Amino acid sequence: MLKYIVKRIGLAIVTIWAVATLTYFLINMVPGGPFLSEKAVSPQALAALEAKYGLDKPLWEQYVTYMTDALHGDFGDSLKQRGRTVTSIIATKFPVSAKLGGTAVIVSLLVGVPLGCAAAMNRGKALDNIISVVATCGIAVPSFVICTVLMYFLGVHLNLLPTFGLTSWKHYIMPVISLAFYPTAYIMRLMRSSMLDVLGQDYMRTARAKGLSQKVSIFKHALRNAILPVVTYVGPMLAYTLTGSFVVEKIFTIPGLGGEFIGSITTRDYTVIMGTTIFLAALMVVMNVVVDIVYKIIDPRIKLK
Amino acid sequence: MSEYLVDIKNERLSFFTPAGEVKALNDVSIHLNQGEVLGIVGESGSGKSVTAYSLMGLTAHPGKLIGGTIEFNGHQIHEMSEQEFRKIRGNEVSIIFQDPMTSLNPVFTIGNQIEEVILLHTDKDKKQAHERAVELLTLVGINEPEKRLKQYPHELSGGMRQRVMIAIALACEPKLLIADEPTTALDVTIQAQILELMMELKDKLGMAIIMITHDLGIVASMCEKIAVMYGGRIIEYGTTDEIFYEPKHEYTKGLLKSIPRLDAEEHERLVPIEGTPIDLLNPPKGCPFAPRCESCMKICLREMPPVTTFGDIHYTQCWMNQKAQMEGGATNE
Repeated sequence: MLKYIVKRIGLAIVTIWAVATLTYFLINMVPGGPFLSEKAVSPQALAALEAKYGLDKPLWEQYVTYMTDALHGDFGDSLKQRGRTVTSIIATKFPVSAKLGGTAVIVSLLVGVPLGCAAAMNRGKALDNIISVVATCGIAVPSFVICTVLMYFLGVHLNLLPTFGLTSWKHYIMPVISLAFYPTAYIMRLMRSSMLDVLGQDYMRTARAKGLSQKVSIFKHALRNAILPVVTYVGPMLAYTLTGSFVVEKIFTIPGLGGEFIGSITTRDYTVIMGTTIFLAALMVVMNVVVDIVYKIIDPRIKLK
Repeated sequence: MSEYLVDIKNERLSFFTPAGEVKALNDVSIHLNQGEVLGIVGESGSGKSVTAYSLMGLTAHPGKLIGGTIEFNGHQIHEMSEQEFRKIRGNEVSIIFQDPMTSLNPVFTIGNQIEEVILLHTDKDKKQAHERAVELLTLVGINEPEKRLKQYPHELSGGMRQRVMIAIALACEPKLLIADEPTTALDVTIQAQILELMMELKDKLGMAIIMITHDLGIVASMCEKIAVMYGGRIIEYGTTDEIFYEPKHEYTKGLLKSIPRLDAEEHERLVPIEGTPIDLLNPPKGCPFAPRCESCMKICLREMPPVTTFGDIHYTQCWMNQKAQMEGGATNE
């Protein structure tokens, strides 16, 4: 186990380095730069700005400087948000997104898993059909549609919920629904199909032949076997959801990290692009290790090597 | 109340599938005394397993009992609800399945799976259940029981897992053990060990066994009575000696001919039964075996033969025997 974790940490470092390097050169290959704008900037001012952030040096030198600083925990200053370091941007915005995203993931699990099981247990009946239709809609409808529909009816028409900001629990309801919609639908479908598979297994017949009630055989014997695909999905999904959604944050005016991913690219804020990308990659790698360990706990047949 | 432990009378059971009614059991009657071993033989789809499963109420949906009565140990099985079934399953009647590789839940320890059934049906607490589990593993011949209880199914061999299945089945000292092809998935030496163990335990605990198999060698060595099934019917029933030495039905004779023999001449071929089993969705009007029978007569295709009895329990359903009996009591040897 320890050997496995050490090995995974080693691999994680390589992965993150590769992601960082690739991103670094890709963003520099794109024409344009952080200080170009519609208003003409004088060549002297441009040169001064570039010199200040070291952008006048050859790309290789910039890369080496950036990586050395990053290794020391310094991800640089934002090029566009004056006076803020990348670390402080992530530190203030990530908790906002994480709180929202975390709630959405919990909601999607609490709704998706039981409904998926219910669909499997009532295969072919009305409940199964209803759940299937809802799941298909959930996967097909993009989040900006859900956001606007919710906002129109609950926020504007019925005036039940606040439409922007994130100051009370009421503010959470619409963004959480919007964020949880797709994963809930996906988990329902995963759960349904893996539950159907498990229900047909021989050990479920054994459980029944032992005289166990349906409740015990489902909750004890089936669920633990059927949940594995959901765990696989939830790991990376958690990384994405915790780092926020651009669409949902823009629509509900939430100061989260999701906006930074897209915002930094449109403004060519190189340091912020690098910082958020490395952060997401690191989170993703961590989630994958967590998934592996959870797998091992759920299914003793899995060996971590 | 029936004098027998198991008393199935004229059971008819169908599966109602989207394609239509599959008549899985037609007029099946079986009775079994305490401590007796009955073998049910027949090819796949002949109704062997369904007969046994219906005793435990394991044929539910889309299977439906549409006629006959089933009594077991004083229970009117044909009238029982799912809830009542749960009390006798794993308690008064247990079952061992064909494939021990997949019959145990891979994510729980052996101990957990044995203790579960003890805790469910007895008043024992966790500690007593654990002690009983150790006792059971010792009983089924597994060494180092304490260690095994903490292991997971994938850490045990096939034979070992089948022993664990037997331990689970015997946990509450059932009156009847159903063995559904218990050795089909095991290799030959392990097969012998498992069968020997079952017979030993039968003598020790005095339970009755219903042995479902298509291995005639197993029934010959283990069973006192044999029911030969074909097309959802018992087409011949008798003691082991009667079935093996005086088979009356053409199908039984065919089955016996198809057993490989050690003393056979070199290059001697086995005699298979030609044709394929009937479609239970559209069963023929007459004898189900008629389309494959070498001695098929016109009447065989038209009408189901009545029961012809020989001796105490030996009976068959075959027109050949009816004819022979009418012509002067001689059998059709």
